[in-house]
Amino acid sequence: MANLMRLNRRFLFSVIMLCLVISFGFLGPVILGRDKPLATVGGLYDHPSEKAWLGTDNFGRDVFTQLMHGIRTSLIIGAIAGAEAILIGLVIGTLAGYIGGIVEEVLMATTNVVITIPSIVILILLSIAISTRSIVAMGLIIGLTSWPWTARAVRAQTSSLRTREHVDIARLSGAATFGLIIWEILPYMLSYVVMAFVLQLNTGILQEATLSMLGLGPSDTISLGQMLHWALLWESVRTGAWWGFVPPALFLTLIAFSLLLLQSSVDELLNPRLRKA
Amino acid sequence: MTRFQSYLLNKILWFMLAFCIALTLNFLLPRLIPGNPVDVIVGEMATGGTLSSETAQKVYAAYISEFGLDQPMWMQFLLYVRNLTRGDLGISFARSPSRVQDLIAQALPWTIALQLPAILVGWTLGNVLGVLVAYKGGWLDRGVFPTFMFISSMPYYCLSIILLYLFAVYWNIFPAAGGYSFALTPTWSWEFVRSVSEHYILPFGSLVLIFIGGQAIGMRAMSIYELDADYVRYSRSLGVADNRIIAYIFRNAMLPQVTGLALAIGSMVSGALITEVVFSYPGIGSLLFGSIRQNDYPVIQGITLLLMVAVLAANFLVDLAYGFIDPRIRARTSGER
Repeated sequence: MANLMRLNRRFLFSVIMLCLVISFGFLGPVILGRDKPLATVGGLYDHPSEKAWLGTDNFGRDVFTQLMHGIRTSLIIGAIAGAEAILIGLVIGTLAGYIGGIVEEVLMATTNVVITIPSIVILILLSIAISTRSIVAMGLIIGLTSWPWTARAVRAQTSSLRTREHVDIARLSGAATFGLIIWEILPYMLSYVVMAFVLQLNTGILQEATLSMLGLGPSDTISLGQMLHWALLWESVRTGAWWGFVPPALFLTLIAFSLLLLQSSVDELLNPRLRKA
Repeated sequence: MTRFQSYLLNKILWFMLAFCIALTLNFLLPRLIPGNPVDVIVGEMATGGTLSSETAQKVYAAYISEFGLDQPMWMQFLLYVRNLTRGDLGISFARSPSRVQDLIAQALPWTIALQLPAILVGWTLGNVLGVLVAYKGGWLDRGVFPTFMFISSMPYYCLSIILLYLFAVYWNIFPAAGGYSFALTPTWSWEFVRSVSEHYILPFGSLVLIFIGGQAIGMRAMSIYELDADYVRYSRSLGVADNRIIAYIFRNAMLPQVTGLALAIGSMVSGALITEVVFSYPGIGSLLFGSIRQNDYPVIQGITLLLMVAVLAANFLVDLAYGFIDPRIRARTSGER
């Protein structure tokens, strides 16, 4: 019971943290009326002041405004990528696990090939192939490379769920394969799907940051990764302009940490074997 | 054909397929670019005012034929594959006479020298820490472990940036950029070696810290399962010293961690590209960063190919090793695929 309480605290902590970050990114710009993250308000790396709370970046843009918009961009890209990865993973995993036979062989073969090819390579190649990268395009590209692990896990769960009695009963009563997968199999995987989405969200945000830091970020907008990209390129770290890189790095860490904490605390709640420690 | 031979054949075919797909993607994706990369390059040179229109045309023609862009797509592909089999990755756009393979050959040793030791040290320390934390519990589990968990859940480049700022700028203990002092040229002198080691510590440290955390988490989970095993209870009831028991657990929990090590070594080059960018370290990551900024497609393609081959090879070796070590996996894998 004490353990459960501790888990609950961790769960609550991560949820509150995430809610704060999300509302900062989505409501912040609206409430403060700052909707132009790319507007120039000062010079190169102005110190934090009353006008620019977190100083300005290398182009004289307000870091605080950029931070809010950057968080929003990163979260949207992560969510698109996560949703896409889960969707592809679910379709491929359930079909492979439920139908079996040659369909399973082919689908899992594809999955295994995609797993072995490092996703960062595909991401780099796709990003240079697309000249204008919108937020949605970035999210879709990232999601395209991160589904295989979900597909594998879903397939494993589906193969075991398929042999359960309630599925047999549904099948005997004449349910179609598609409806069967949706009504008899998917509900049992809901908790897994939610957790996988949390992880995929995290992966998506970090992948976006990696790409952006290599100079392949979304165009005409700002993201946390792009803030770091410019901060590195314009030597804000080496000149000591801490406001250029600490805020985005801090928030990337905060988002990643709270997502992982959320995932692990939910995992421990649902999976008693892990609770012993 | 023995069971193992068919397993081997299966694996080889499998990785051949993955390799072919990787090769095709590597060829095709950069060519999806509307217009072509040469337009971009020459366009930039022209606006930069470094070229007269006549030379621009010459450069353009030279690049087009070098990249083979005047040929039909299938010819280009055959050309690409033929050049690859000769170890020819083409010529860099941005650093024109330099060959791509030479640029990569220059950068690769730095990356390997930075990452291989970091992975090995981080792996060893992380696994030891994981077992200790699982076995001893107490303050180790409550204090040290969450710290490492926090660090390893940080995006690794964020930790790098913070360490760089603290140690190189704020306290000014270590140099802030490069693989060696800009004032020196690479020679085997004492001064140069000292400069290299000074520049080495920060990037190395940031990689090791991240790696320790990740490994420790995995090893702790594995060891916790082992704590329940009969041999642990038996040894405990016999009063075997803790260190011996820990050594037993370590050996038993380690097998999955070995896979992790092999894969980490395989994805070494792609694993921490940004670390090099952060520290301006002269490795593959920095080369890639520079090439992307300059639209230097042959170099980007060469690097991505290298990354894919390294990961595929590591995966293959891991699978092979598992076939030797564990017959159950051999049977299951050949059935699954």
